[in-house]
Amino acid sequence: MIRALLLSLLLAGPAFAVQPDEILSDPALEARARAISQGLRCPVCRNENIDDSNAGIARDLRLLVRERLVAGDTDQEALDFIVGRYGEYVLLSPPAKGTTLILWAAGPLLLLAGGGMAVAFLRRRRPAVEELTEEERARLDTLLKD
Amino acid sequence: MITELGHFALVLALGVALLQSTLPLIGAQKGWTGWMALAGTAAKVQLLLVGFAFAALMHAFVTSDFSLKLVVENSHTLKPLLYKISGVWGNHEGSLLLWSLILALFGALVAWFGGNLPDRLRARVLSVQGMIGVAFLLFMLLTSNPFLRLAIPPLNGNDLNPLLQDPGLAFHPPFLYLGYVGMSMPFAFAVAALIEGRVDAAWGRWVRPWTLAAWLFLTLGIGLGSWWAYYELGWGGFWFWDPVENASFMPWLIGAALLHSAIVVEKRESLKAWTILLAILAFGFSLIGTFLVRSGVITSVHAFANDPDRGVFILMIVGLFMGGALTLFAARAGAMEGKGVFSTVSRESGLVLNNLLLTVSCFVVFIGTIWPLIAEIVWGRTLSVGAPFFNAAFTPFMVVIALALPIGGLIPWKRGQLRRALWTMRGGLVLALALGALVWAMQNGRSALGPIGVTLAVWVGAGVIVDLWLRTGRGALGDRLGRLRRLPRADWGKALGHAGFAVTVFGISAVTSWQVEDIRVLREGEGYDLGAYHVTLEGVREGQGSNYLTTIADMRVDRDGRFVTRLHPEKRIYPIAGMPTTEAGIDHGWLRDIYLVIGDPQDGGGYAVRGYLKPFANWIWGGALIMALGGIVSLTDRRHRVAAGAARTAAKGVPAE
Repeated sequence: MIRALLLSLLLAGPAFAVQPDEILSDPALEARARAISQGLRCPVCRNENIDDSNAGIARDLRLLVRERLVAGDTDQEALDFIVGRYGEYVLLSPPAKGTTLILWAAGPLLLLAGGGMAVAFLRRRRPAVEELTEEERARLDTLLKD
Repeated sequence: MITELGHFALVLALGVALLQSTLPLIGAQKGWTGWMALAGTAAKVQLLLVGFAFAALMHAFVTSDFSLKLVVENSHTLKPLLYKISGVWGNHEGSLLLWSLILALFGALVAWFGGNLPDRLRARVLSVQGMIGVAFLLFMLLTSNPFLRLAIPPLNGNDLNPLLQDPGLAFHPPFLYLGYVGMSMPFAFAVAALIEGRVDAAWGRWVRPWTLAAWLFLTLGIGLGSWWAYYELGWGGFWFWDPVENASFMPWLIGAALLHSAIVVEKRESLKAWTILLAILAFGFSLIGTFLVRSGVITSVHAFANDPDRGVFILMIVGLFMGGALTLFAARAGAMEGKGVFSTVSRESGLVLNNLLLTVSCFVVFIGTIWPLIAEIVWGRTLSVGAPFFNAAFTPFMVVIALALPIGGLIPWKRGQLRRALWTMRGGLVLALALGALVWAMQNGRSALGPIGVTLAVWVGAGVIVDLWLRTGRGALGDRLGRLRRLPRADWGKALGHAGFAVTVFGISAVTSWQVEDIRVLREGEGYDLGAYHVTLEGVREGQGSNYLTTIADMRVDRDGRFVTRLHPEKRIYPIAGMPTTEAGIDHGWLRDIYLVIGDPQDGGGYAVRGYLKPFANWIWGGALIMALGGIVSLTDRRHRVAAGAARTAAKGVPAE
């Protein structure tokens, strides 16, 4: 009895990620849908995109993306449609505009600043040793050859 | 009774840690040898006490003592013994106890093997370790006590999260913590050096093996976690840029930078202040990682606000240790004048570039991880920062590192010539570009990541070989081969570390750009083509494990009409925890993994089936293993042995209870 109950539970268990019945017949459209899905966050999951997620809402979103693509939306239009409904929270990569520009620029700026400091440091460290003269170099070469 | 004794031992350990953190420090200042010697004794006693507390908790888990709240929440009588044991650290309170145990272990290792350290330095190092111990023992006793009893014990427990009931994940936390906590050693040495106001080559020689040990454990821990995600989560992803992963990745990056800059301190007595700063930051990121994971602040700011005790406490620990150490640094770093001079083109400069790239890339990971927090607090916006951001913002740093690595590794100390190094590497450059172009032509128009990855991996790999070959000097082939065998272990460590990096770079780009995926409905007896393979679903049956029920598929894989393997992907359900898990059927190979997953039965009959071909997937973790092996080989170098018997023992394998 318990086993039967558990089995029914098993059958009702969450579906995983992209299901066979969701896949579009047009491979080009499907590829675009997959790419878009990988950039969209499942709203109820922890850091999972809708392409990988098992949640019901992720499936709804996957179907919605495909619906928009079939209706003739461009990738951007489909994204805008989803963001319009679910908010910018679902974008796994926040667009580089407004205050989010800071996020995107932080790394390059720090690299520039750090690089500048490193170059300044290296300049200061440069030894006061002169280059070898031709004569010394020749002598060194003969020494090394022996 | 044992539980109460364990609890009591923890309180005693706090007392001992308080002594360890104060008296030796005063002793070192005043020159009182007796007080300084106290540090070693205290460290050993602390290990004994925390070790007893840990054993007591483990006893409660193994005997399923359901009068303990923690055991009820994380265990069950039917659970296999291995997971009863790993359940000890598979939760917040227990993992903190493991954290403290490893900290005490590192402290005791200094006491045991630090005989050749100057008395003052040893006393100060141990006292800083003691301070960290005080902070974490207090944290545990005040907010996260693992020894809380229940007034009315239930008959059975709630079981451990089924995802954690896996051998890979059972040993993932101990390795990770050996790495996290290991970073407290360079930190303690850095703070002690700042108090002393002196950093010399001997200090560098002492710090490097500890950093190396911590870093190699982190490498193993991260690799194990990634491997687990690959086979357990059901679609073969290996890295998700999850905050929890980033928390372990940040100290790894800084640790790698520290590893390299400590070489400059040791060999050239330069970059001292910078190395001290990195040592402080490496542990700082370990603490920040602990904060991110343990406070729940990343899941949601509100979860944090609802139960702020733990989060605020760890934040205070981070603030106290980082604030204190950085203030000390600001006051004393000026005194750390470097001795060695070097020109703009030199090994030293190469290592400065390495440090710059690793540190900035760590910062990129850091800002991406905390950005949602900043956005919510400052602008009230809820937004996400996930894999696409990190892939775009982080990967370029790794590309530049891979490009610069062979050249930087070849340029001699003090002064060198860029042109000469490039000329030495001409063969490797041509080979790398040719293979990259070949791959580019073969894969006709797929992602550029594949060819770029191949080029970089071959380039770095060629650099390793050229470097090793040049180290053998001149002369006949036989002589050179003989000398190759007798090269210092540290040279082999460097070669292995860099080769491992190349292998991982190749694995990641290969699996990312050439994976084959197939999702379909399959009835029993039906088959389909997956790349060059033919997969047949022979049957589906039900089964039962000790604490789960399972649906097992029998799938046969052929290639060109010849039998390859039979795989048995499972879909399990853990009734007590009420959670399903997928167990992929994987045929591991050098060149590819066949990765099969069985899904739900479909309405019209048949089962959802996912199949993947993952080219060179194992190279990702193989590379991590090689990197860690490089660390181990380097630790056994004779030059380290003099100063660092302790680290060597640690590397041999601290029991991962």
